[in-house]
Amino acid sequence: MDWDALKLSLSLAAWTVAILLPVSVFAGRALAYRRFSGKGFVEALVMLPLVLPPTVFGFYLLVAFGRNSPIGQAWQDIFGHQLVFSFEGLVLASVIFNLPFAIQPAQRGFEAVPRDVREAAACCGMSPLAALWRVELPLAWPGVMTAMVLTFAHTLGEFGIVLMVGGAIPGETRTVAIAIYDRVQAFDMEAAGLMAAVLVAISLFTIGLTYALSARVGRRLS
Amino acid sequence: MSLEVMARARAPIPLAADFRVDPGELLALVGHSGSGKTTLLRTIAGLWRPQAARVRVDGETWLDTETGVDLPPHRRRVGVVFQNFALFPHMTAAQNVIAAMGREAKAPRIEAERLLELVNLAGLADRRPAALSGGQQQRVALARALARRPHALLLDEPFSAVDRATREKLHGEIVALRAHLNMPVVLVTHDVNEAQVLADRMVVIERGTVLSQGSTAEVMSDPAALRAMGLRELAAILPATVTEHTDDGLTRLEAASGPLLLPRIDAAPGTRLKVRIMAHEVILSRARPEGLSAQNIVPGQVARIVSGEGPAVIVHIAVGEDEILARITRRALTDLGLAPGDAVHAILKTMSVARDNVAPADWPDGGR
Repeated sequence: MDWDALKLSLSLAAWTVAILLPVSVFAGRALAYRRFSGKGFVEALVMLPLVLPPTVFGFYLLVAFGRNSPIGQAWQDIFGHQLVFSFEGLVLASVIFNLPFAIQPAQRGFEAVPRDVREAAACCGMSPLAALWRVELPLAWPGVMTAMVLTFAHTLGEFGIVLMVGGAIPGETRTVAIAIYDRVQAFDMEAAGLMAAVLVAISLFTIGLTYALSARVGRRLS
Repeated sequence: MSLEVMARARAPIPLAADFRVDPGELLALVGHSGSGKTTLLRTIAGLWRPQAARVRVDGETWLDTETGVDLPPHRRRVGVVFQNFALFPHMTAAQNVIAAMGREAKAPRIEAERLLELVNLAGLADRRPAALSGGQQQRVALARALARRPHALLLDEPFSAVDRATREKLHGEIVALRAHLNMPVVLVTHDVNEAQVLADRMVVIERGTVLSQGSTAEVMSDPAALRAMGLRELAAILPATVTEHTDDGLTRLEAASGPLLLPRIDAAPGTRLKVRIMAHEVILSRARPEGLSAQNIVPGQVARIVSGEGPAVIVHIAVGEDEILARITRRALTDLGLAPGDAVHAILKTMSVARDNVAPADWPDGGR
């Protein structure tokens, strides 16, 4: 059992969720309520990681983060090490490929808040930020939470992009999904099976937790 | 603290409206659905901005497209009751009311309970909206609208989402509540009955344009307004006081014209009421009829006769200080040979007065 890989995976998932939570709330809300030209294009762009093969997406990220790219160059200058094949690069890639999972459910959550309830919040004297905190978020919460759980679970399981952008450096970029693949390549089926089982258990636990929490929210509203 | 509104727009719906509501006055914006009355209400609240508009309350400008003033809704001291109440479903009744109070409220819980008691909801403060009936939700919405100590109270079809029996009760409660309100109140409704029994003044809107405005009595006798609302809405308001409830389920009232017998009204003897008498329900007779099932025979005098293009004429009958309107055929008028000054009897079936045609005329406990 490669505990380092598991720790790395969980850490990657936690960072991704932490960074995407505010993105999920503000982008999801904007897409749900705002009308602007090019909205359809933005929505399609957000969904792109869902339809591209991970290796294709990973390839472009590798090029974009590489030493010869402006991003990779700037990173190298500031932090003194390269962005690709590092944990930070992995987090950045993970944030980008999780955008559809983080934004879409939150958008649906915000769309479910009736317009007159939002208007009532304003007519009760709540500023837009107060209305977000006291009315919109409590009501859109199931959507935002689904977004975060999907992001977490999806990060744990992602393989292709992680391999392309991160390689498989132990303790730095070798996540548990890659470790399983490595073990299978080495005919160590016992270790692979154990790690797979741990992943299944963690996934079941998060999904179960989501259901329990959203059932509680549902009871609160009816 | 009066409310002045001016709105002009060409799209998406045309608007041409100017009106003013004084403190404590209830103005009804009446029109069919799609007439623009709700858009006017949203303009006042700041939820909509027409091309050219001005909204002023008590000298404070909320919106003036000419000078570029446009306060966002949360900075306008306005109380709004939405058509479907729009309560916050995750909050209890009391929390809904407290949510509208702002941070400076000193004892919000006590104030919320006082407001809920004012709308007859004492004891239900800790229920969530889903556990309240439509009428109760409407009362929470009203308490929430008042919690902000608004400078204008806006009611958007507030009675349309509740059943008929609840609506009658709420009508009475609105009248009673007005003793405590000293701000302008705007009621948007498509229900002419509601406007006539509740409002002091009316504005009739058609395709975004004001067709007629003035006191309720003026508007209800304006031919242009009646054409828009439908001639079958023509009715007179007869003030009357409850004298007794009979054993057979009726209520006896005393009007200036004499006694009236109506279906049972839930009001204590001594309560002053407004009774809306539909013009097409009134029968006229020169002689006092005998052997007739109708219980109300009111003697009066023909004041004037208004005839339009249709087959019917409108006869105004003076009964004491008040007036009853009768809409009869031109043929009947000729047969009777009625002319202004003639004595006449207006006949009214007890059962032709529906329960929601009756509303309290004022607040019986005089502003407790």
